[in-house]
Amino acid sequence: MATLKELSKQNELLTGGHRLCSGCGIPPIVRLVLRAAGGPVVATTATGCLEVGTTIYPYTAWRIPWIHSAFENAAATISGIETAYKALKKKGKLPGGDKDIKFVAFGGDGGTYDIGIQALSGALERGHNFLYVCYDNGAYMNTGIQRSSATPFFSNTTTSPAGEVIVGKQEWRKDLTRIVAAHNIPYAAQASPHNWADLSKKAEKAMRIQGPTFMNVMSPCPLGWYTKPEDSIKWAKLSVDTCYWPLYEIEDGILKITYKPKEKKPLEEWLKPQGRFKHLLKPENRNLLEKFQARVDLEWQRLLDLDGKRI
Amino acid sequence: MAITMTKGQAGLTGNSAIAYAMKQINPDVCPAYPITPSTAVIEEFASYVADGDVTTELITVESEHSAMSACIGASAAGARVMTATSSQGLALMWEMLYIASGMRLPIILTDVNRALSAPINIHCDHSDSMGARDSGWIQLYSETVQEAYDNLIQAVRIAEDENVQLPIMVCLDGFITSHAIENITLLSDAEVQGFVGEYNAKTTLLDTDHPVTMGAMSLPDNYIDFKHQQSEAMARSKDTVLKVAEDFGKRFGRKYGLFETYRLEDADLAIVILNSAAGTTKVAVDELRKKGLKVGLLRPRLFRPFPFKELAEALKDKKAIAVLDRADSMNGFGGPLFNEFRSALYDAEKRPKVVSRIYGLGGRDYKVKDAVAVFEELKTIAETGRVDTLQKYITL
Repeated sequence: MATLKELSKQNELLTGGHRLCSGCGIPPIVRLVLRAAGGPVVATTATGCLEVGTTIYPYTAWRIPWIHSAFENAAATISGIETAYKALKKKGKLPGGDKDIKFVAFGGDGGTYDIGIQALSGALERGHNFLYVCYDNGAYMNTGIQRSSATPFFSNTTTSPAGEVIVGKQEWRKDLTRIVAAHNIPYAAQASPHNWADLSKKAEKAMRIQGPTFMNVMSPCPLGWYTKPEDSIKWAKLSVDTCYWPLYEIEDGILKITYKPKEKKPLEEWLKPQGRFKHLLKPENRNLLEKFQARVDLEWQRLLDLDGKRI
Repeated sequence: MAITMTKGQAGLTGNSAIAYAMKQINPDVCPAYPITPSTAVIEEFASYVADGDVTTELITVESEHSAMSACIGASAAGARVMTATSSQGLALMWEMLYIASGMRLPIILTDVNRALSAPINIHCDHSDSMGARDSGWIQLYSETVQEAYDNLIQAVRIAEDENVQLPIMVCLDGFITSHAIENITLLSDAEVQGFVGEYNAKTTLLDTDHPVTMGAMSLPDNYIDFKHQQSEAMARSKDTVLKVAEDFGKRFGRKYGLFETYRLEDADLAIVILNSAAGTTKVAVDELRKKGLKVGLLRPRLFRPFPFKELAEALKDKKAIAVLDRADSMNGFGGPLFNEFRSALYDAEKRPKVVSRIYGLGGRDYKVKDAVAVFEELKTIAETGRVDTLQKYITL
């Protein structure tokens, strides 16, 4: 793996000057993933912040071939591109001669957990050679912070408001990484941009492996989390240190936790700075906070039980 | 799938003929999902792939939405791409149809026409392709198995023409044409290959040395300009359809145009009708001609773009016209074909009387007597100069 110094000297494949918010978790994730390709790479993006923020015509922030077609179909679109590559390579018709090209699809949690899960499942099952990266910021941020199936417990969103009677999102989030792993693909992982080395290592591995690979990456969103842009990476780190967002990988069926916090921080520390959980800190909602903590503990323990095992 | 041929002739169903044309075209990528009545196209093509008769990469996707999405990805990557579907499948693709055309990708699709739910029905009508009529796809309709085969081969050249660069849909009637065996004349593989030529996309995602951004966000300062260009390309494609048909006729002897007319020239009364039902109508025309009634038929082949000038020219001197739709616009004002024909005739000096008759939905039989009854109605309209019923359902 490249050192941080080496990485800093490489050309950015996603340039600055795009229109994503300051403090957005997406650009560092995309840059680290694209660097991991180590050669020609073609990307597609589901409709969402990344697409809107990087390509307002006539501008583009992409220095690689890139396509957006719709919201729910990034995995199907990349299936077509990767298959065209196979077909044209076979016929000796690749532009610029024979070469090894990597294929990446990016989608947010709305475009992946919810509307895109069918296309993702299909593409994983068919075994296309591509990496799917989900940047999970926990809601439909592009359309104004609506609840998705990735939204954290009790989070306040515009469609799961913290009301007088119903206090935020009532359902636990979908465990997409494990759903993806259940497709028995060669590699699936969770990562976070604060740990660039772990993220890069996983992306490099995912790119190197033949067949479908998947990364679910925590992506802070100052707009939807009601946090300060300059603190994003700090809150990404805390999501991991509280074990809300464990870093792990499943390679050839073996689960491995890639980072275990020395001291597991109380969930409250991660929730407190985020406006979306403000209501959870009220004394009358103490029980909800406890319920949330208990569920995080349960999920973490479940993962610890599986660590190093074939799942 | 072995095809038994005698002197270039073979008895084939519509689906087999489409699959065979696809084999001869040998596209780079074929994303596909099964749906009645077009399933056999994909099944037979899958056999060609499995037997090594083609070099095509088949992607057996998990839905039609993903089929069209994969078509878009593959086409944007520079591949020649074909697929087939029907009914709900085309409806599920609807979102992606607009994106395929908006991105100017020359994808080739066979639509085996079938009714849309509800109620669910697997038989023929044109509500599926009529629902996609404004999606920016060129649409060719086919009366027979022979024409479906010939249309698909021509479709490749039309879509990929540098003046066009638009996706194209070849439509044929579900079951009536897709499952009926017809003796047709096939071209040789070399003839098909020579006709369609090799596809070399100008811009592709796989040219990593020259990266392009496709599908960018376009706001009020550009969006309408892209749509304007697309609209102009669609209008231009009419000439390409004619040019390609002319070359096809020259090479292989079968002539095609924008539409077919049958005993229309001196007719006073005319039926306009798409696809297989035109055959039934021709029998009625012959029967009534024998009785001295001046009747004729016009069968559109190209519906998108709509060649309104040529169609109006062919019909402007008629006294009464019935436009028969195998689909309803559910607008209380007749079928989609009717509305466009009536509009096209608005500028005619002696505006013919034009009525809408909706027939055969969900595979209801359309018989010679139904066509005869329509002509008899037209006769009354022509004699009285009065239209009592502008639009109604027949074959009830």
